[in-house]
Amino acid sequence: MANVQMPAQSLPAGQGGNAFVAGLRRILRDPFSVAALVIYVLLVLVAIFADQLMTHDPTQIQFRANGRVATNQPVSEAFLLGTTNLGRDIYSQLIAGSRNALMVGVTAAISVAALGTLVGLLSGYFGGRIDAFLMRLADVALAIPFLPFVIVLSGFFRANTWNVVIAVALLLWPNTARVIRSQVLTVKERAYVEAARVTGASDLRILFVHVAPNILPLTFLYGSVAIGWAILTEAAVSFVGFGDPSRISWGFMLQDAFVSQALSRGSWNWFLPPGICIIMVVIAGFFLARGAEEVLFPKLRS
Amino acid sequence: MATGLSATTPLVEARGLTKRFAPPARLTDMFRKERPHTHAVNKVDLTISRGESIGLLGESGCGKTTTGRLLLKLIEPSAGDILFDGTAVAGLAGPSLIDFRKRAQLVFQNPFDALNPRFTIERALAEPLVNTGVERATHRDRVEKALSQVRLPPLARFEGLFPHQLSGGQLQRIVLARALVLEPDFIVADEPVSMLDVSVRAGVLNVMREVRASLGLAALYISHDLALVRYVCSRTLVMYLGRIVEEGPTEDLLKSPLHPYTRALMKAVPVPRVDQSRDPLPIIGNVSDARGQPKGCSFRDRCPLAIARCADDEPALRSVAPGRRVACHLV
Repeated sequence: MANVQMPAQSLPAGQGGNAFVAGLRRILRDPFSVAALVIYVLLVLVAIFADQLMTHDPTQIQFRANGRVATNQPVSEAFLLGTTNLGRDIYSQLIAGSRNALMVGVTAAISVAALGTLVGLLSGYFGGRIDAFLMRLADVALAIPFLPFVIVLSGFFRANTWNVVIAVALLLWPNTARVIRSQVLTVKERAYVEAARVTGASDLRILFVHVAPNILPLTFLYGSVAIGWAILTEAAVSFVGFGDPSRISWGFMLQDAFVSQALSRGSWNWFLPPGICIIMVVIAGFFLARGAEEVLFPKLRS
Repeated sequence: MATGLSATTPLVEARGLTKRFAPPARLTDMFRKERPHTHAVNKVDLTISRGESIGLLGESGCGKTTTGRLLLKLIEPSAGDILFDGTAVAGLAGPSLIDFRKRAQLVFQNPFDALNPRFTIERALAEPLVNTGVERATHRDRVEKALSQVRLPPLARFEGLFPHQLSGGQLQRIVLARALVLEPDFIVADEPVSMLDVSVRAGVLNVMREVRASLGLAALYISHDLALVRYVCSRTLVMYLGRIVEEGPTEDLLKSPLHPYTRALMKAVPVPRVDQSRDPLPIIGNVSDARGQPKGCSFRDRCPLAIARCADDEPALRSVAPGRRVACHLV
């Protein structure tokens, strides 16, 4: 009976023990997910090297050779995407806006994922009164309308980009928490959780060592969705004029273009680029979520 | 925990063990005085001596698994006491609970679900030692020892392997090794081979039997399989709807079952011959509802022998021969 046959040591690709690598491999086979990853990588690179990429100071008014303000310039070699009605370089503003988008997106995503996961874990695992309290709190948060909440926040504090991050974190965690909670409810009934308990593991150890790693992919999924949400919200808030006026963001650019009648003048070089950037980053979030979904729920694979 | 008060103290003793489950709450319950509880385990008494191997026999949903979970303090009883080596299990917490965990272990039914998919085999086997605060330097030796006890190759062969890379028979031995790594005195084996291919069942059962005998472990085998119980248990309890209906030395009990339910169980064992005609089963219908607290014998509505008395008088488990107890008015 000692001649138990063991599988070969080297395993074929794709079904290796490391679920993370296997998942990544699957994501890389999906063209949508690859496109999403490319967009994210580009966003990060542009934000990091913004200083090198900008051709002008995005807040500085530019002048022409004849000394007059360079207003409403078309696309040219000097101004890659033209200038605004007050003579600022649009291309440089677009590059500067990527930093804001990344900052808002990443901080909001991290707070949503962290808050939602923690609440979901505690709620699902301990149940009872803790669960009832946290889930009613989630209901309240879900009932608050998004944009008015941000506007009220801007009223209390001064207009600030962090209002958007706070609002996204405070209002978006319930979605994550509910899904994590439902997943915890199934994972905690698995025999290996009972095995951990019968071998003396404490509640906290069971929760964070045995349960949490098995729901972590969902955390990433909701985090990536939150990136898109946060950037979209920031743009919306800036567009209606409650953004931080001292900080250049894509939403601020759109608002600037809108109030100075760029649309009626047909200055597509002004309003199109920030709009496209917002769409790309938001869509990337959803594509990545879609790819991750196939990894998480193998039954969706056609 | 006081260990070994005397050699005659049973290792595990349960008295009046009862577990009720509340039905799921509904809004309309506000208008009802009381909701019928499900009596999963109902006033069960049992004793297990050191080194003894006991079978708990019964069909699905009769409360066998709940009994096992209660004995291991994985769920709390609604009523009744459990004594482990003379100490009440109910009051255990903190370090004394850890001591209890080291001494009473569980072998799971489904080996494919009993191991964390994200833990390597090595980590899964060391996890009980980590949880109970065993000195880290000794971990590897103890894991190796447990692996050799279940006749698996040394740890080096499992380097970096995850549960899904092993077969069911190997996994069930890993699950057994995980229980043995704590060097327990008592194990509950909940349907230990029911999820395995028939071809590897005997191998796993042999390993369990040998390990149990060589280490002097007490064991409670929970099963619906008469053959398994006959193979590994010296004494057997038969359970129906949360109650023990018959108890006795396995051979006697299977050769001359006294309770009508045990007789029906024996009749229900499949015979591997297609041409042989079989007597119809002496009982009809399905297991009755365990909700509410019915009067009388819980088996009476399916019993072919039921008399008027069975409807209002609940039969007590009483001694009918040396070592044999049965809960039936007609025996």
